[in-house]
Amino acid sequence: MDFVQGVLAGDKLALARALTQVENGTPEGRSALSSLFAHTGKAHLVGITGASGTGKSSLVNQLARYYRNPDPGGSPCRVAVVAVDPTSPFTGGAILGDRIRMRDLAGDPGVFIRSMATRGSLGGIAATTAALAQVLDAAGFELILIETVGAGQSEVDIARLAHTTVVVEAPGFGDDIQAIKAGILEIADVIVVNKADLPGVENTERALRSSLDLAHPAPRRNLHHGRVELVHMSDDPAAESASIWAPPILRTVAIEGKGISELAKAIDSHRAHLHETGGWEQRERWRLQSELDLLLTDCLVAGFRSRLPSGIYEQALAGVLERRISPLQAVEQLMDRTG
Amino acid sequence: MIDRKIRVLIAKPGLDGHDRGAKVVARALRDAGMEVIYTGLRQTPEMIAEAALQEDVDAVGLSILSGAHMALVPRVLELLKANGQERVRVFLGGIVPDEDVPILLELGVIGIYGPGTLSDTYINDIRKAVQAAAA
Repeated sequence: MDFVQGVLAGDKLALARALTQVENGTPEGRSALSSLFAHTGKAHLVGITGASGTGKSSLVNQLARYYRNPDPGGSPCRVAVVAVDPTSPFTGGAILGDRIRMRDLAGDPGVFIRSMATRGSLGGIAATTAALAQVLDAAGFELILIETVGAGQSEVDIARLAHTTVVVEAPGFGDDIQAIKAGILEIADVIVVNKADLPGVENTERALRSSLDLAHPAPRRNLHHGRVELVHMSDDPAAESASIWAPPILRTVAIEGKGISELAKAIDSHRAHLHETGGWEQRERWRLQSELDLLLTDCLVAGFRSRLPSGIYEQALAGVLERRISPLQAVEQLMDRTG
Repeated sequence: MIDRKIRVLIAKPGLDGHDRGAKVVARALRDAGMEVIYTGLRQTPEMIAEAALQEDVDAVGLSILSGAHMALVPRVLELLKANGQERVRVFLGGIVPDEDVPILLELGVIGIYGPGTLSDTYINDIRKAVQAAAA
C-alpha cells in the first residue's frame, strides 16, 4: 500500500498504518518516512512533560480543545497528540492510558491521537517518537502535542525534540531544593503549576520562581555526546541577552479548564519569540543534528557488529564477566579485530 | 507470523461503570507483552472505532455488563469495517447470556470470556487470531 500518498491526502487509515510501520522500523516505514520528510518542518512541536499524576494528559486534552476552538481572533488549527507511556522492562508489554483523559476530543476530525510505548528508551519518550511526529507533521497537523512518560529528573529527551517544552508541576511534589536540581526544570520554556486549586500552590510557585531567578539569565548550553557546547544566539552580547527567554510560570486547573487560554498564549508567544530571535532555526538544527547523530550511532554499531567475526563479541563479554578484562579493554580488543 | 508488538484496545462501551474486569484483562495482556490502549468507561461505538483507527490496533476487547451487547457489538463491528479495519479482531468480556453467544460468534467476534476465564485462554486466542489475520 502506498502510505505516502494516503498520508499526504489526509487518509486516516493510511496515516495510522504509516505510524505503525515507522514505529516498528519496517522497510516500508523507513521508505515512507524518507518520502514524507520533504513535507515536514511546518508543525509546531510542543512537549508536555512532568511527574506522573501532575495532570499532563488532562492538560493535553484541554490544550487540544483550546486550539480547536481558540479565543476570538485565533484560527483553529489541526492538532495531533503523541502520548508516550512506559514499556514494562520485564514483559515488554505496556498499558497506554493517556486517552482516558482525552475523551473530549473524540469525534473531532481535526484531532488525531496516537499512543505509544517507550519500548526500552529511558529518556521519557520512545526512540521513534521523533519519527512519528515527522509523519504527523507531513500529514498537515499544525500543532503536535507530545506527552512524555511521567518524568522525574533526567527524562529530558523531549527538549531535543520539541520546539517548546512545557513542564508540568503540581503542589506537593517536593521542596525548593528539588527545584534547583539539574534536569527537568532546565528544559522548561513554560512552567505550569497544575491542580492550582490544591493547598500549597503558593509554596510550589514560590520555589519554582526563586529557582528560575537563580538560573536566569544564562545562555543555553547543550550536552552533546557528553561534551558541553555553548549555544551562541548571536555574537553581539546585547542581542544575545535580548534573545533570552524567561520561562513564565502559570497556574492551571486542567479538569476545570482554568488557565488554559493563558497557557496557550504562553506557548504561542514562545513560538513567536523563537521566530523573532532565530531560535527556531537553531532548535531545528539541534533537533535534526541529534536525530542524525542517533541514527548514525545506531547504524555504526549495527555495521560494526555485523563485521565482527562470529563469537568474538561473546568472548569479549565473557572476559568482562570474569573480570579478566575491563569493559574499556574489551572495546579496544573488538576495535582491533575489525581494523 | 508477525514479529511486531500486538496492540489491543480495551474499551467499555455503554453505561455500566464496572471496569474491574477490563482492567484485569488489560493488565494480563500487558504481562503477556502486548501494548494495551485503555480508553476507560462509557465509550460510544463511534469513539471506540475512532480510537481503534488512530491507534492502528490489531484487536479490540469490549467489556459489557449492562446487557446491551446485542446493540453495541454489531455497531462496533460495522464501524470498524466502514473504516477499512475489517482485519481487527474483536473479543468480548462481561456478562453475555448463552443464547447470544453463537449469534455474536457468527458476527465475527473471536471469543467471549465471562467471569472465571483463565487469562491464558484469551491471550492465546488473541495471539492466534491476530497472527491469522496478518498472514
